[in-house]
Amino acid sequence: MNVFDIIGPIMIGPSSSHTAGAVRLGRVAWKLLDERPVRAEVELTGSFAETYRGHGTDKALTAGIMGMDSDDERIRRSPDIARESGLEVSFTETAIHGAHPNTARITLYGESGGRVQVQGASVGGGNILITGVNGMSVSFTGQYNTILVLHQDKPGAIAAVTQFVAGSGLNIGNFRLSRSHRGGEALMTIEVDGAVPAGLMESLRAIAPVQQAILIRAL
Amino acid sequence: MLEYKSIEELVSAAVAAGGAISDVVLADQAVQLERDAAELYEAMSARLEVMEASVKAGLDPAMRSTSGLTGGDAAKQWSHAGDGGVCGAFFGRAIARALAVSEYNAAMGRIVAAPTAGSCGILPGAVVSLLEEGRCTRRAAVMSLFTAGAVGMVIAEKATIAGAEGGCQAECGAAAAMAAAAVTEILGGTPQMCADACAIAIKNQLGLVCDPVAGLVEVPCVKRNAAGTAVALAAADMALAGIASRIPADECIDAMRDVGESMPCSLRETAKGGLAATPTGERLREEIFGKRQ
Repeated sequence: MNVFDIIGPIMIGPSSSHTAGAVRLGRVAWKLLDERPVRAEVELTGSFAETYRGHGTDKALTAGIMGMDSDDERIRRSPDIARESGLEVSFTETAIHGAHPNTARITLYGESGGRVQVQGASVGGGNILITGVNGMSVSFTGQYNTILVLHQDKPGAIAAVTQFVAGSGLNIGNFRLSRSHRGGEALMTIEVDGAVPAGLMESLRAIAPVQQAILIRAL
Repeated sequence: MLEYKSIEELVSAAVAAGGAISDVVLADQAVQLERDAAELYEAMSARLEVMEASVKAGLDPAMRSTSGLTGGDAAKQWSHAGDGGVCGAFFGRAIARALAVSEYNAAMGRIVAAPTAGSCGILPGAVVSLLEEGRCTRRAAVMSLFTAGAVGMVIAEKATIAGAEGGCQAECGAAAAMAAAAVTEILGGTPQMCADACAIAIKNQLGLVCDPVAGLVEVPCVKRNAAGTAVALAAADMALAGIASRIPADECIDAMRDVGESMPCSLRETAKGGLAATPTGERLREEIFGKRQ
């Protein structure tokens, strides 16, 4: 904890968990899609489902899906901005078994046909916990710089990626792998200490079995 | 390096260095964050600017929150304070500024959590008032936020700053204690006077429950921000008058933790007790969200 955790963050109100955290959840999905979204289906559960209108959680999620950050003044106008930019967003209330009360499941469709699904919870103070990507189980909070690598499950993929990470001088604090099935889509979640050097993400994307590599910067 | 485990530690370090609490905190944070002190000062100055902008935006009489429950009251208080009111123009406008920032937060405005979004009006209500009313330099106002931040860190370390854990005393109480120490330092109080102001502010918010109507950060949060600024200014004035707190600040914080732990769940941000559970509170909730399933 430091003095700026107390005098800060700078954020759009009214609630760190229902607004700032919601923006960040949407933003993770936007980053993973890596193209302009044209349609978003958002499923909400628990407290999110009950109170999202009053807290502006819907506006916050929409803003994040368009790539805005949690201190962006445009958040309160995000539904209008989405409409103007040709992004269609729907919200449905649903029950997600065993999920944290502030959970959203976001399915995004991009203009060139890409699709990504992210499930995560806003766990307080603007902090988030991502629990699912494209149906695969993951677990990261965004408190550390987090590198997500979507790749094909095949021998040598992990070694190739971690070699580049090591080569850039970064220390890995946490590593997790999940896969849909043998030889299918797989996802590395790599939490690292310190700043990610320029050029690393490009290097990772150039590795053969890697389909997508993105960086979620620490809170 | 400072551990931020007691107010006493902050006071001793400041006295030993022959400076203000903010001086030792800025120097310490520069070491801990491995950044230049000048860089941290600028980062804090940027936060003060966001506070000032949120005061200005929140005074718009036409502003309303997403739910429609709050908005426009800061403008009323501002115009009333111009005539002096009961409390005098300075105090009246300080209350208006606290309302303004808190209402702006509810209307999805850009604010600085201090320490939380729910209590974001209290510190600007006090510090921006001193600055805008010509009672201090910009530098003194920026520096006072380091003192406020250090007090908040101690409270977060020893107790909590989350309403869901410790009730409103943890959020608005912490903010009032932070603001009281900041104002005392700005107006020339000694480090010990800052600690006394902090203690007096906590004592006067002790036991305050978190009971938001419909679970929204609006009713009673907005008006409790105004009251938090009022308590902070009163506590600072008492400390500057030389009045000591009989119970030291650190023991007040311990008491706040104990009181928070003994609060029932219904009074800790669940919107199931207190004002949230009144007939009018329930009716407002139904109007916004529909009948409880």
